[in-house]
Amino acid sequence: MAKDEITKGYKLVGTRPNRPDGLDKVTGRARYGADFSLPGMLWAAVVRSPHAHAKIKRIDATKALALDGVKAVVTRADLPTGLEGEDLNLQENTLAGEKALYDGHAVAAVAATSALLAQDAARLIEVEYEVIPHVTDVDAAMQPGAPVIREGAADYSVPEGMHPNVVRHMEFGHGDVVAGFAAADIVREETYKTEATHQGYIEPHACVGQMGEDGRGEMWVCTQGHWYIRRMCAAVLGIEAANLRVTPSEIGGGFGGKTTIFMEPLALALSKKAGGRPVKLVMSRAEVLRATGPTASASMDVKIGMKKDGTVTAGQVMFRMQGGAFVGMSPIGEALPCAFACYDIPALKHEAVEVLTNRPKAAAYRAPGSPMAAFAVESLMDEMCRELGLDPIDVRLKNAAKEGSKSSYGPVYNRIGLVETLEAAKAHPNYAIPLGPNQGRGVASGFWFNHGGETSVSLAIGEDGTVQVSIGTPDIGGSRASIALMTAETLGIPYENVRVNVVETGALGVNEPTHGSRATFASGKAAVEAARQAIKEMCRRAAAEWEIEPEAVEWKDGAAQPAGPNAGKFPPMTIAEIGAKMGGTGGPISGHHETNAGGVGASFGTHVVDVEVDPETGRTTVLRYLVVQDAGTAIHPAYVEGQYQGGAAQGIGWALNEEYVYGADGRLQNTVFLDYRIPVASDLPMIDTVIVEVPNPGHPYGVRGVGETGITPPLPALAGAVAAAAGVRLRSLPMSPPKVLAAIKAARQA
Amino acid sequence: MRYHTPTSFQEAARLAAASGGLLRYLAGGTDVLVQMRAGMVQPDELIDLKHIPGVFDISRNADGGWRIGVAVPGRVLGAHEALCGDWPGVVEGMNLVGSTQVQGRATLTGNLCNGSPAADSVPGLVAAGATVTITGPDGSREVPVEAIPTGPGRTVLKKGELISAITLPPRGAHGGDAYLRFIPRTEMDIAVVGAAVNVTLDGDRIAKARVALGAVAPTVLLVEAAAKAIVGSTLDEAALDRLAAASSAAAKPISDKRGTVEFRVDVVGVLARRAAKIAYDRAKGMSK
Repeated sequence: MAKDEITKGYKLVGTRPNRPDGLDKVTGRARYGADFSLPGMLWAAVVRSPHAHAKIKRIDATKALALDGVKAVVTRADLPTGLEGEDLNLQENTLAGEKALYDGHAVAAVAATSALLAQDAARLIEVEYEVIPHVTDVDAAMQPGAPVIREGAADYSVPEGMHPNVVRHMEFGHGDVVAGFAAADIVREETYKTEATHQGYIEPHACVGQMGEDGRGEMWVCTQGHWYIRRMCAAVLGIEAANLRVTPSEIGGGFGGKTTIFMEPLALALSKKAGGRPVKLVMSRAEVLRATGPTASASMDVKIGMKKDGTVTAGQVMFRMQGGAFVGMSPIGEALPCAFACYDIPALKHEAVEVLTNRPKAAAYRAPGSPMAAFAVESLMDEMCRELGLDPIDVRLKNAAKEGSKSSYGPVYNRIGLVETLEAAKAHPNYAIPLGPNQGRGVASGFWFNHGGETSVSLAIGEDGTVQVSIGTPDIGGSRASIALMTAETLGIPYENVRVNVVETGALGVNEPTHGSRATFASGKAAVEAARQAIKEMCRRAAAEWEIEPEAVEWKDGAAQPAGPNAGKFPPMTIAEIGAKMGGTGGPISGHHETNAGGVGASFGTHVVDVEVDPETGRTTVLRYLVVQDAGTAIHPAYVEGQYQGGAAQGIGWALNEEYVYGADGRLQNTVFLDYRIPVASDLPMIDTVIVEVPNPGHPYGVRGVGETGITPPLPALAGAVAAAAGVRLRSLPMSPPKVLAAIKAARQA
Repeated sequence: MRYHTPTSFQEAARLAAASGGLLRYLAGGTDVLVQMRAGMVQPDELIDLKHIPGVFDISRNADGGWRIGVAVPGRVLGAHEALCGDWPGVVEGMNLVGSTQVQGRATLTGNLCNGSPAADSVPGLVAAGATVTITGPDGSREVPVEAIPTGPGRTVLKKGELISAITLPPRGAHGGDAYLRFIPRTEMDIAVVGAAVNVTLDGDRIAKARVALGAVAPTVLLVEAAAKAIVGSTLDEAALDRLAAASSAAAKPISDKRGTVEFRVDVVGVLARRAAKIAYDRAKGMSK
């Protein structure tokens, strides 16, 4: 659908004004997590386990506490007992109890009058460990004889006879897969593996916490969701939610990794022990990589049946995923529904297990589970297309899910835009560029559900007719600009007259974090509803002054106007005029909307990538990259493109070089960006984008979330491109040069 | 920690000889300051060499060679046209170290004394036949660069000794050098493998050659067998094959988070071959 057709009539939606936070960010004025400081503030440091798996026999802080300026030490003994489920997980990850469960697991924390002193004091805290066997690989952790990480952790879903590290099991499907595979011309089955990767946000975790002995506290923190911080800290520390007021900072990236807590309760516990002095806690990069949210690693079996014309007759997957030493952290519940979500296939069987390992507690990372699932399923689709000599886009078009298709995970799709992305990719000039020697092209599609979620937004009209919007979803990718555009469009006023503020927990009802690609969708939808409420009130005020019925007033071009000739003849009453006299016409005018936002629209995307592989070194160069994705409606196209490019960039890193490297001792070996190799700017080509707009009927402006889908196609697209360029199919990520070169040599010898 | 700013190398050597605790020299500081901030090193004595006259100078010697001060940063080397004209391989190695910002501080001498087998500037210096002047309490001596590192993080320098200058020999006519490293990314990385080749031609034939390999042994290697493989040749395919084989044969790497033994052995031959071609073309005046 052409953009003009759907955005017709919009004055602001679809334009590209500067973001309201832009000047602060480029001049360094924006305040991030570590920028907060308070009088009398202490600094904290954390003692972390150097062992992957160890019993904690004794912790002695005597020497640390003897240092002048050391004010408090906390260990697990300072936290309440009796927690269950995810609350216990959170507490156990905040501070280890009987066992340290991974390299970098926090064991104690100390607060002192300077950062250096806190670090010195941390080194003086003596911890006696009894090192016990560990396991970090997902397949190894399921083998008989693998060390048991938690006895009795498996839930009812796990079939008998599996290793105790297997803690969850899931299966679903539809149709007759046996008959489906029998009807196929070719049936292929392969195993794929992905390594854990980190979100790699540029800003390390940072907070300042303050809590008095009365259990009332405040926190300033870098987070994607401050109500989550409030709820989780309250649970871990045994305090009441309303007694903790949490204010979010600007955020230097999150990608899902900042939707949970890691060290925030430590700042509060230390503050309470130190007589209520505020405590600042800032992680180093090594702490971020060792102890905060990587995504899961995965080992995946896929089986697909295909007819010679490309029709897929059946599909089957078995996924094994680990999310660290904590139950419920692997994204099997997302990976399985995403696996075949792009396709309309008559028979599917999905199965997965979650496995515990001695790795950090996984956190959400951009479309959790979907990139791994796409790597497995889309890679095999690509292998079969090549085997049958079929165009990969044609095969995807032949099997594509569309409006009315029953999705692979159950629900029937509403209006979706996968077909449109495939058609746009096929028509794009990149798809026709001739390739040279050692070059190859890869194609893959991807999916993310997107999310609505708990949302509360307030809007207030100023005395001069400008408008403030209070939202509870921290702005990571430009959502303040997008929400200002939608609000201004609804009110019929200039973009510059709307200021959107991300406000603290004391100012609104509960908001879920900026996750699930929901901020522009859900806070935007609520802001539009709040604006409509304010419009209704402004019309009422005008009607009262004109002494006509409120129904006889309509809102147009930023002003109340008589709704037709019968309403009477009055000049338009602008929002500025209404604001100027609202004190005398009934008091402040505001709008408010809260919802568990429904009407979510899924986003599909298709990527095309060209690479060149050096056959002598195995090194992959990305020559060009195309992202095509359905945005529903692109409210601010520049920030939509930014999300597309960001997803591709992270996917390229995941596909080619990023990985957690564990030594035989279970310690993470690459704890800084020198060796945890996210792409640098010069590694990436300009990433081309095409915004497809198939409006989401569940949003007043047609918005679909756009943040996550973009990381799902890159892994298989790059694997396909490398296979085409180098003649070797890598089914294990990352496709680092040593692995690619070894595969090339093995192929030559074969 | 005590911070010293001596104004001569003799004074620096006396301070170092008299020190009791952990000592570090400070020039660009791109290793020392980072290690201090990361808590890896807490020196008792920090001797800043940047107050010594001449440490920022690049000067041509009477024989046509070059003397490079210990505080000359990579960015200044890269902007020195005459030096780049003589020894492009040495300069390109140094210019691969770190980022643009790091290039404003990092020095050849620091990169050498850090003792990393993966140091990007060292293979080029070794291939060039560079020497260093070591100043100690008992005077000065001249030592080839390849003799300085003795293992990862270790050097031949004794207590009280420090490097006071680097000397590059005269380039002479019909010579060229080149350095290549392998990294998985395009920058901001540490060499998984490095190779430097320096040749002098007699007509189309290679009259003299030196080949140095990085990150494939505990120290940067000067490989005579690899040089012999191309001396007398016109760098034909057979000579290149011999060079690659000799380089791979000389490599004694380890497997670690950056690469495997097999990968390093293979790729060091590939890089030696590619670097030799560039050095040869430079010697012929066919490329810069």
